[in-house]
Amino acid sequence: MFTELNSILNATPDSFTQGEFILVSDRQSDASFLIHHFLSFYLRARCKVCFLGLVQSFSHYSAISQRLGVSLTQAREKGQLIFLEGLKESLSILIPQETTTGSQAMDFLRDPTVGLQRLYEFVRSSVRSDGGGEEGVEEWGPPVLLVDDVSVLLSLGVSAGAVLDFSHYCRATVCSQLQGNIVMLVRCHGEDAEDDGSDEGSEWLLKGVTHQCSLTLHVQGLPTGYCRDIHGQVEVCWRRRRGDGQHTQKKLFQYKVHDKGASFFAPGTSSAVL
Amino acid sequence: MAAPVNSVGKPSAERPPFNSTSFQKKTRSKLISIPGTRPSVQNGQLLVSTGVTSLDYLLGGGLAVGTVLLIEEDRFDSYSRMILKYFLAEGVVCRHELFVASAQDNPDDILQELPAPILDDVAIHKPVEQPRLSCEPQDNLDAMKIAWRYQNLPKVQSALASSSRFGHYYDVSKTMEPEIRQAAKCHRFYLPEHPTQSSTTHSRMIESYSALLKSLQEVIHREGFDLSTPMSMSRNILRVGLHSLGSALWNDDLSCHDDPMHSHALTTFLYGLRALLRSSLSVAVVTVPSHLIQDRALMGNITRLCDNAIALESFKGSERETNPLYKDYHGLLHVRQVPHLNCLASQLPDHKDLAFKLKRKQFSIERLHLPPDLSETVSRVSRGELAGAAAVASACGSGTSGNKHLDF
Repeated sequence: MFTELNSILNATPDSFTQGEFILVSDRQSDASFLIHHFLSFYLRARCKVCFLGLVQSFSHYSAISQRLGVSLTQAREKGQLIFLEGLKESLSILIPQETTTGSQAMDFLRDPTVGLQRLYEFVRSSVRSDGGGEEGVEEWGPPVLLVDDVSVLLSLGVSAGAVLDFSHYCRATVCSQLQGNIVMLVRCHGEDAEDDGSDEGSEWLLKGVTHQCSLTLHVQGLPTGYCRDIHGQVEVCWRRRRGDGQHTQKKLFQYKVHDKGASFFAPGTSSAVL
Repeated sequence: MAAPVNSVGKPSAERPPFNSTSFQKKTRSKLISIPGTRPSVQNGQLLVSTGVTSLDYLLGGGLAVGTVLLIEEDRFDSYSRMILKYFLAEGVVCRHELFVASAQDNPDDILQELPAPILDDVAIHKPVEQPRLSCEPQDNLDAMKIAWRYQNLPKVQSALASSSRFGHYYDVSKTMEPEIRQAAKCHRFYLPEHPTQSSTTHSRMIESYSALLKSLQEVIHREGFDLSTPMSMSRNILRVGLHSLGSALWNDDLSCHDDPMHSHALTTFLYGLRALLRSSLSVAVVTVPSHLIQDRALMGNITRLCDNAIALESFKGSERETNPLYKDYHGLLHVRQVPHLNCLASQLPDHKDLAFKLKRKQFSIERLHLPPDLSETVSRVSRGELAGAAAVASACGSGTSGNKHLDF
């Protein structure tokens, strides 16, 4: 949990807006440090978290969350965190064996044209609390869905339309029905607005998800070039929907990622410069 | 994440009952000491050497176990193949096991061309090729009389190397002795030897990649590199070298068509490879002929599915070969991606303008540094002929009008 980012977003683990769809995107950069922030933030806020870790192993997230002060193994044991380890589940599908083990959430690898319905069913069963509170099961807060990352689904052959359907279904279930939050990471390539004409573009996906979301954090490299002390810039954009129509507010920050966190500062006020 | 170092302490109550991935920090068990590896100083990852010490330095000390290094091949596949051979030769010297897969050359041929290690040499690495600053002879280091403002600036360090003896050096003019080579266990995958099964594939991967992934998984299970097997026997590292994936010889049309039919075959394979590597004690080097792949977005996807990525651009056959600015080097090296594993920050390279040179006893990667031109008539070649980042600012940048004087 990055304290400076909390103050930028006006959110603390005790009070944050519910029903938010947060999009974290990057272009020629790596925005996954923000995913670690949100993971530790929502775990500290005692929410029930469903994490789709499609690109890294569980212990990668666990090691980083340890440095941020949250233990993922404990959260998983207590039932607060439901973790889908995409890499592990995919092996049994990519290399067909006689016995199929594990959940069928990664079934889209078998035939990507089928879509992400199984993955959505996995999410739905995770975020709904099963049964009532028996045996002293702790009551967790609103559910949160974190996806790291959505663009790898495009690399694996799923069409952008299917991914947009998946995000829409998740938003309907998690944000509208259960008043929870969603955080998704979408990664783009270098050339922006490259129109390939077909539906298969990550740009198309980014535009679609941007339209659905209520808060975007867009991470980019510095427009002036590569710098070791300033790792890039983050553009935070609030897309408020309530009240008087659409009111967007944008803020730009530069950031630097440390071992135990990240610091955000106004452009030009980096400690390397001042 | 790479295999952990066991000496990092952590309360064992949090340890899950079984270790199924390679990146968990194991606690209070005996120290893993696998020959040819060392822990990273930054985050305790287990690192292996790529065989090229300058490349180890660029990657943050070495290649983390459980990760993939993607090498975008140069135009004639000469230097990328050389790095692959260095990687395999390092595996032989460190007594790791090898897995070589190729569709073009028989893996036995690749193994016979491995460079000979320089084993009797004490590995004192002298920084070679000091920058040719002719204005700074050795006896004038103390006081600069004219350029005194530059006195406190550090001298340009062109050679990139760390001073440990983690990697070895190889003599490329000789091939490795057969006795040394045969001491290492090597698994081969030669695509023409595997008949294409006409059965329907279970995913977007084409048959050749499926067969390769299955064969690799079998080797990992059989030889005990899997991390889920109990740690009774001594552990070793499996070095996987995959040559020229994505080329037409693997039955993949990525490099042939603008709009390939199997556009997701290679990316699905790389996803499966990452899954395999993260759960075993192995490390992979994959070379891809990226100059044949027209779709830059696809190349971006491939890069993101690998952990480390470098691209080689050799000067052979291009007009830069005769450019006097590049006469010391064989090509440019671009670092496309550096991973961050088990930690938030990644080890970014200091400089982005790097050039490489294959010498007889060393593959050196240096920062491309142009010395100041102090001849009487200052002549600069046009900006368009340079690599861009290395261009010294010229007052009048047009090269077609010949020599230009810089008048102050």
